[in-house]
Amino acid sequence: MDKPIYRKPIYREGNASYNDSTLHYIRQAAEHGLYEIRGLGAKRQLPTFDDLTFLTASASRYPLEGYREKCDTKTVLGTRFAKNPIELDIPITIAGMSFGALTANVKDALGRAATIMGTSTTTGDGGMTPEERESSKQLVYQCLPSRYGFNPDDLRKANAIEMVIGQGAKPGGGGMLLGQKISPRVAQMRTLPEGVDQRSACRHPDWTGSDDLTIKVNELRELTDWEVPIYIKVGATRVKNDVKLAVAAGADVVVVDGMQGGTAATQQVFIENTGIPTLAALRQAVEALEEIDMLGQVQLIISGGIRTGADVAKALAMGADAVSVGQAMLMALGCNSPTYFQDGKEIDASEGYARLNTAAGYCHHCHTGQCPVGIATQTPELEQRLDPDWGARRVKNYLQTLNMELTTLARACGKSNVHNLEREDLAALTIEAAAMAGIPLAGTNWVPGEGL
Amino acid sequence: MAALENKHFDLGAGSVRDLNQFLHKELPASGIKHIEIENPDGQHSIAVGLDAPVEIDILGHAGYFIGGMNKEANITVHGNVGWSVAENIMSGSVRVKGNASECVGASGHGGLVVIEGDASSRCGISMKGCDIVVGGSVGHMSAFMAQAGHLVVCGDADPGLGDSLYEAVIYVRGEIRGLGADAQIEEMSEQDLSTVQALLQQAGFDYDPKTFKRVGSARQLYHWNADAHQEY
Repeated sequence: MDKPIYRKPIYREGNASYNDSTLHYIRQAAEHGLYEIRGLGAKRQLPTFDDLTFLTASASRYPLEGYREKCDTKTVLGTRFAKNPIELDIPITIAGMSFGALTANVKDALGRAATIMGTSTTTGDGGMTPEERESSKQLVYQCLPSRYGFNPDDLRKANAIEMVIGQGAKPGGGGMLLGQKISPRVAQMRTLPEGVDQRSACRHPDWTGSDDLTIKVNELRELTDWEVPIYIKVGATRVKNDVKLAVAAGADVVVVDGMQGGTAATQQVFIENTGIPTLAALRQAVEALEEIDMLGQVQLIISGGIRTGADVAKALAMGADAVSVGQAMLMALGCNSPTYFQDGKEIDASEGYARLNTAAGYCHHCHTGQCPVGIATQTPELEQRLDPDWGARRVKNYLQTLNMELTTLARACGKSNVHNLEREDLAALTIEAAAMAGIPLAGTNWVPGEGL
Repeated sequence: MAALENKHFDLGAGSVRDLNQFLHKELPASGIKHIEIENPDGQHSIAVGLDAPVEIDILGHAGYFIGGMNKEANITVHGNVGWSVAENIMSGSVRVKGNASECVGASGHGGLVVIEGDASSRCGISMKGCDIVVGGSVGHMSAFMAQAGHLVVCGDADPGLGDSLYEAVIYVRGEIRGLGADAQIEEMSEQDLSTVQALLQQAGFDYDPKTFKRVGSARQLYHWNADAHQEY
């Protein structure tokens, strides 16, 4: 009789403190002696707009006909001081992303799609390219701490100015563009040596405190003869104080970027450990405007992880006048897609992802400049992987879908104008979301923290 | 100069808004070549966004952002100025007969800024190609992250000079009280001597260029380096 085979079981006890990603982090730190830099936004699980639901019409409210009755999406930004406020057909704008981080083709595609859909796009930390000015009917010109390529001629061509104090991916931190992406054209626009690892300032060079900001905003007004709106963008941290200070400084529009907001390159420690979720940031921004009686006078744009028409509708219901979308626009263009389209053909991008030690769906390697789908690069061969005609169509389709979803939900809530969506139309699905958004938990009248 | 080519503007009676509107919209086609601005009284944003070859005299002390984003105009302030005079200057010149507060010529891309007195901290911060000449001394962190252009200091420089410099070059005649990260004192070349000579001449100072020291970037922060002491 054969001896029984004894198989010693391998017991794998999970370790929540030192899990795969922590082990990977420690090994990387030990190997490189530098913090990890990456692109995109926070990947950790956070309360989001997914944790809210609409209380659409029934016996107590009546809905509008989905295909027959009009639902207005017109959005006006900058009504406080600007002689020429920005008038948009939809409340979904394209967020500031730099030429340098992205190719000129991508900036062109975003501009063209925005123009077709009647919305605005935004420059970034690298100045205004002629391509994006040409293709964008409404272009917001960012004034950033680095002031790379910032000049009065482009300032006068802008439809609005966005004073950037911070962004959700890295509130309190400066921009970053690694040497691989400082091509001759990028270097020339930014007055930098080619190939340098650019680490921008986190504070503006010509003002510091909020009193100075007031004077700076006034200078921008004077420079542009009070014609165009001035936005102030903050990364979401002490949102209530920052929104009030932005309003006190004279902003026409306040842009609040939550912690899911993206970047093309920053320290991972920043992306995952700073700021507050967009959901919480929006609630605090609206409350700040209410407390100083400026709701409706100063417009509010929320950004950071807006992906769907439902996200847009919920943001508007919570009190935003518009949303701004960055990362998802790039995903519409093929970011993290397994394939790209070149010369009319669909081509497998797996090899490109593999070269970066990643795979489609997991890539956040915008900082390397080796984008396998030709979006976040300055390498001529890779740039060819994104055809601007094809890209513009994709972004236009995506914007159109978001807008259709937005109006579908608004009509179902009985609203003939998407800006009439209100907090009362929402319920929260989790206690965390109820607490952060200040929206009652579904099936209750309970808002955690209320009345305390 | 014919009377039609001169204009007086009294900021005690009219507003800075009226002035700037005139400078942007009416001045370029007016044939006016010289403007005197009276009673600036420390007001901000006077004569910003000029884009015409005109001589402007501001008769008194002025506030923040004087001559901001200037192109082509030659602006003289007969007094002291607040923060960020000639910020983002593109061309032309801005001269301050007195002292200047912080951030002189911040992120200036071109043109010349002259401070006949002293300049406070962060003079020439983030400059991108303009030239700045200071007759007196400069405060701490001057030329912080300066990318291109020249800062000439005829007096002393406070600590942190040239911190995180890129390709801008600093020349100091007096004492350097401390260099910032990655800044170093370098040999003066013949080219440096002629650069300083030309800038002093333009600014109207009579010093021997050989008495200046050159400060440039050691370029050790240009690329990530795990073995270097990380300032970031």
